[in-house]
Amino acid sequence: MLVKMRNPRREVEMAGDRTVNHLLDALDLVRESHLVICNGTLVPGDARLLEDDVIEIRPVISGGL
Amino acid sequence: MVAAASKCRSCGKPAVIDLPRHNANFCAEHLKQLCRRQLEKAIDDYNMFDPGDRILVAVSGGKDSFAVWDMLIDAGYAADGLYVGLGIGDYSDESTRYVTAFAEERKLRLRTVDLRDEYGYDIPTAARATKRVPCSACGISKRHLFDKAAVDGGYDVVVTGHNLDDEAAVLLGNVLHWDIEYLARQLPVLPAANGFPKKAKPLVRLTERETAAWCLLRGIDYLVEECPIATGNRHLHHKGVLNSIEQESPSTKAAFFLNFIDNMAPLLADQTAAASGDLGRCARCGAPTTGETCAFCRLVDNASAHEPVPVELVLGKRGRR
Repeated sequence: MLVKMRNPRREVEMAGDRTVNHLLDALDLVRESHLVICNGTLVPGDARLLEDDVIEIRPVISGGL
Repeated sequence: MVAAASKCRSCGKPAVIDLPRHNANFCAEHLKQLCRRQLEKAIDDYNMFDPGDRILVAVSGGKDSFAVWDMLIDAGYAADGLYVGLGIGDYSDESTRYVTAFAEERKLRLRTVDLRDEYGYDIPTAARATKRVPCSACGISKRHLFDKAAVDGGYDVVVTGHNLDDEAAVLLGNVLHWDIEYLARQLPVLPAANGFPKKAKPLVRLTERETAAWCLLRGIDYLVEECPIATGNRHLHHKGVLNSIEQESPSTKAAFFLNFIDNMAPLLADQTAAASGDLGRCARCGAPTTGETCAFCRLVDNASAHEPVPVELVLGKRGRR
């Protein structure tokens, strides 16, 4: 599956089906700091992502207070 | 994608988000309902403002300021926006486009102030001229201009998009240094006093994962990219630390900040009163200040006399990539 990430913008290919939580773990990303969007739809941690899916992992941390 | 097994706690339909701090999953409609309820609870519990009040929302183009502006309008409040053009290269150009589009699409009133056009400087130049971190010059500029716009425009309250993560991270920083003055002022609402307008933070009961989800589910197009010169700052580091704790112990952030407000802030009330004691007026602009000239006027003097500095020269460590 194609996984798009931000800050900085980059893309990675991940082989095989896996859940959202397993994808975040594999990329060493903290769930509390990200939303996962599959084919344009927001999905929870136990959603199963398939090989053909296009995934966006959107960071939600911001701030320059 | 195979549909998630998790179901919405409220209606049993397939969930779109898991919120471990609530030990629950929610569908799109009930996540929005949760956001609306948390917003109203913050407004009511902390007596932020009333339905008839005129509200000025500080907007940046990011998710939080759009979320709070959208939620307030959605809830029936009268809220205008104020955007400050900071002159941070392409980032500010993009921010301007997002803010303008948001306001135009919803037919909302947007006020804008451009630092370079109206005060002769921008944030990269101010950072170099003052030899301080860019976030310092940015904070001084925005606070002054939001206050000024609210007072001049006759608004009842300035609203910012500070969320639970922002407040917990600031609290962590203040606790790590036991900065009593800052701790005493870290409240969800500050009353109008000494020439300052009333200020309120209606998103303090919502995490930024929840405000980002609100924007996604409401079709709000916001600037996801982080400010290039804020990247890598201490505030962001504190957020990362808290989220690592939250991952292992859900709802820690909410307990840390909201219990501080309930249990600790009342004990600091005397300090709050002392910190907001009588202030003089800036000899230049009339803003409240402890000195003869306010921090903003001193910043304008320094920065406007300096040759313009391109943003690339003040990028943070990660921003240079």
